[in-house]
Amino acid sequence: MPTAIEIFKHLPKKNCGKCNYPTCLAFAMQLANSKAKLDDCPFVSEQARAALAASSAPPIRLVRFGSGARVIELGDETELYRHEKRFFHPTAFTVVVPDSLAPSEAGRRAKEIAAVRFERVGQALSFDAVCIRDVSGDAARFASAAEAVGSSVDLPLVLSSGSPERMRQAAMKVIQRRPLLHGANAQNLVPMAALAKELSCPLALMQNGLGEMADLVAQARAAGVEDLVMDFRTSGLKDQLESSTVARKHSVKKTYRGLGYPILVEAGKGEDGILRGMLAVMKYGGLVLFEEISEAQALPLFVLRQNIYTDPQVPIQVKPGMYPVNGAKEDSPILFTTNFSLTYFTVLADIEKSKAPAWLLVVDSEGLSVMTAFSAGKLTPEIVAKALESSGAREKSRSGILVMPGMVSRMSGKLQEATGLKVIVGPKESSGLPKFMKGL
Amino acid sequence: MAEVPVPKEKWSGKIGTVALGATSEEGGTRSSRLVIGGGTGMPFLSYEGPTTHRPLIAGEVLDTVADLPDLVREEFGGAVDDPAEWAKAWVERHGADLVCLKLRSTGPEEGDRPPEEAAKTVLRVLQAVSVPLIVYGSGHEEKDAKVLEAVSNIAPKERLLLGHAEESAYKSVSAAAMANDHAVISFANLDVNLSKQINILLTDFGVRKDRIVLDPLFAALGMGLEYSYSVMERIRLAALMGDAMLQVPMVCDTSSAWKAKEASEEIEGHDGLEERAAWWEATTAFAALMAGADLLIMRSPRSAGIAKRAMRSLMEVD
Ligand code: B12
Ligand code: SF4
Repeated sequence: MPTAIEIFKHLPKKNCGKCNYPTCLAFAMQLANSKAKLDDCPFVSEQARAALAASSAPPIRLVRFGSGARVIELGDETELYRHEKRFFHPTAFTVVVPDSLAPSEAGRRAKEIAAVRFERVGQALSFDAVCIRDVSGDAARFASAAEAVGSSVDLPLVLSSGSPERMRQAAMKVIQRRPLLHGANAQNLVPMAALAKELSCPLALMQNGLGEMADLVAQARAAGVEDLVMDFRTSGLKDQLESSTVARKHSVKKTYRGLGYPILVEAGKGEDGILRGMLAVMKYGGLVLFEEISEAQALPLFVLRQNIYTDPQVPIQVKPGMYPVNGAKEDSPILFTTNFSLTYFTVLADIEKSKAPAWLLVVDSEGLSVMTAFSAGKLTPEIVAKALESSGAREKSRSGILVMPGMVSRMSGKLQEATGLKVIVGPKESSGLPKFMKGL
Repeated sequence: MAEVPVPKEKWSGKIGTVALGATSEEGGTRSSRLVIGGGTGMPFLSYEGPTTHRPLIAGEVLDTVADLPDLVREEFGGAVDDPAEWAKAWVERHGADLVCLKLRSTGPEEGDRPPEEAAKTVLRVLQAVSVPLIVYGSGHEEKDAKVLEAVSNIAPKERLLLGHAEESAYKSVSAAAMANDHAVISFANLDVNLSKQINILLTDFGVRKDRIVLDPLFAALGMGLEYSYSVMERIRLAALMGDAMLQVPMVCDTSSAWKAKEASEEIEGHDGLEERAAWWEATTAFAALMAGADLLIMRSPRSAGIAKRAMRSLMEVD
C-alpha cells in the first residue's frame, strides 16, 4: 500500500468533505490504513485511479501455475531480509525430464520425482513440479513426453522449449494443467508471448543482464502477458546472487519497477547445481529447475528451504497435551518434553524406536527447545505441574513415574516436590531413550 | 536498453580486520599471516564493495576422538589419532587455510589432561603445520582459564586465536590473549545485543578491537539454522550502519552439523548417508557464508571442499 502522502498527491485537493473526511489529507490517511475506499471521493480522475492501483500493486507479482489443488504460487514477496517480517512463498523445486526419453520412460521418471518424499518436524518435504524439456527438436516427441508426464503425475508442469510451434503442440496436451511456459527470449518473444496470451499460461523470460531483462519484460507486457517469471540465465553463483538481489531490492524498495516478477533459476546438475538451488532458497529464487539431483542432496536442500521460510516470529510448534506412544496404557510412565516441533518430533521418534509403551506429555514452552525454554524460564517445575493437571495426565497414567529430559536435571528435586511423582532423570539426548527405556 | 540503476547502499560503517598467525618478521613461526574481515557491504555483493579478504576455512582437530563420527574418521584414515598428523592432513591433503585445535581432553570429565600437556600438543601442531592456529579449551570455565594461559605462554607472538570468551567468563581468556598478543573469540548466544555486550566487555577490559572475532553461535541445518542466519544478517547490517561494537569479523563453527540426525543416521527408504552427511555440513557452511561469516571452523574435508568451491564461485576467483 502506498503511503498517505503518496495517495494525497493524486487526490483532487478540494477539501470539500464529500468523502466524509474534512480534508483530502485526512481521507488519504484513512486510505493508507485501508479504513476508507477510494470510491468515496466522487472527484478522483481515471488517471489518479490508475496511478494508485499501480503503486498499491504488490512489489513482486504473484504468479501461479498448475491447476486444482496443485497450484504453485511464486512471488508476492515484500522483504529483503527474513527478519524484517518473513519470506512468504517457499522456493519451488522442479526436476527436468528430457523428451529424449521414450514417453513411457518419461512418465516413469516423473513418477520417481514425485515419489521423493521426506517427513520432517511434521511437514512433508518433496519436489513441487516436473519440467518437460524439448531436447529432441521434434514436436511430436515433445508433445508425447508432455502428455506422458501429465498423465503420470498430478504435479504442476513446466514446459521448456525455445520453439513457439513445438511449445504450442506440447502445451495443448496438458493445457488444463496451466503449465508454465519456459520460455521466451529476445528472438522468439513475439510469437511466444502471443502463445502465452492465447493459452493464458504464465511465461518465463530467458535473458542475461538486468537492462536486457527489463526490456523483455516490457515487451511481454506490451503484448498483453502479465504473468511473467524471469530466468536471468546466470553464469555462476556470483551472477545469480547479484542479479537476484538487484531485482529484489529494486522491487521491494520501489526504486525501479520493471523487474517485479518471480525469479527462476536453471540450476543444472552436480555440485554446482545444488549450490545454485541453495543460493536460490536464501537469495530470492522463486523456482529452481534441476537436471539431476540425488535424494542425498535433496534432503539438505529441502531442510534449508524449511528453515529459511519459517516465520521468524513463530517457531514451528505442536499442540501441548498428553500423547500415547507405542500403545500406552494406565501403567505406562510419563515422559515430558517441550512443544517446539523439532524437540517433540525428535523425542517422539526415539520413544517409538524403543517400542516401550509410554505417555509423552508435551508442555507448552511457547515453542522453545528444552534448554532454551529452561534458560528463558518457560520450563519450570510449576509449568510442568500445571501441564500435568490441564492434560489430565494423572488419570491417563497411574504409574506415578515422570521421566524428565537429562539436560535439565538441575530441576529434578523441585519437580518431585511440585508434582509428587517419582521423578527419574532421563538421558541428555533423546537418542539414549531406547536403551534407557529397557532399564526402566 | 532499459537503464537499471545499481542499488548500492551508502553504508557508513565497515567490518574491521583481524590478523591471524605471525611470520618470523612479526616474531612468530608461521609461513604467512592471514587477515579476515574488512567487508564494506553485504556478503559477496561485489557492487557494494569488493571482498578483499575471502572467508577462511579452518580444519577442526580434536585431541580426543571419542565422539568423532565414523564417516569423518574415515576421511582422515589413521591421522586422527595424532593431532599433529591430523592437522597436517588438513593442510597438505585438504587445503585448509588454518587449523582449529580443540583441547577437549582437558575437560574434567573428559580426561582432565593437565594444562602443560595440552600446551605441548599445541606446540606439536605448530611444528607440524605452518598455518595459523585457533585453539579452544574444553569449555569448562575454571579449567580453561589455566589451559589457555599455558597455551598462550608456550606460543608467544604466534598470534593464535583463542576460544572463547563469554559474558559470564571472559577475563581469564582475555588476559591470556593479551599477555602474548593473541586474538580472542567473543561468544554470544544468538542475539544481536548480547554480541554487542560481550564486545564492549572485552574492549573495556583492554582487548584491542582488531584482536576480536565474534562467534554468534551458528546453529546447524535443521537445528535452528534460521535463527543464526537472521541474527548474523542483523549483526552485519548493524555494523555497516555504523555500530562500532559489532564491526568485527564473525566465525562460525559448523561441526555441530554432525549432531543432526540426518547427518548421522540412516533414514528408512532413503540411501546415501555419506553424501547427505557431507552436504549437511556444507549446507550449514554455505548458509553461514551468505549470512556474513568471515571464518569457518569445519569438521569434514568433503564438506569444506564444497564450501570452498561455493565461495570461489561467489567471488569468481580460482
Ligand atoms: C536455536 C536456539 C535458540 C533459538 C530458539 C529456538 C527454539 N524454538 O527453541 C533462540 C534464538 C530464540 C534462542 C534463544 C535463547 N537461547 Co538458545 N539455543 C538455540 C540452540 C542453537 C539450538 C536449540 C535446539 O533447537 N536444539 C535442538 C532440540 C531438539 O534440542 P532439545 O529441545 O534440547 O531436545 C534434545 C534434548 O533435550 C533431549 N530431550 C528433549 N526432550 C526430552 C525428553 C526426555 C524425556 C528426554 C529423556 C530427553 C529429551 O533430546 C533432544 C534431542 O537430543 C541451542 C544450542 C545448541 N546447539 O543446542 C541454544 C541454547 C539452548 N540457548 C541457550 C540460551 C541461553 C538462550 C537464551 C536464554 C539466550 C538469551 N540470553 O537471549 C535465549 C532464550 C529465549 C527467550 N525467549 O528468551 C543456551 C542454554 C544454556 C544453558 N545451558 O542453559 C544454549 C544451550 C546455547 C549455549 N550453548 O549457550 N535459542
Ligand atoms: S471528497 Fe475527494 S476532494 Fe473532497 S475532501 Fe474528500 S478526497 Fe478531497
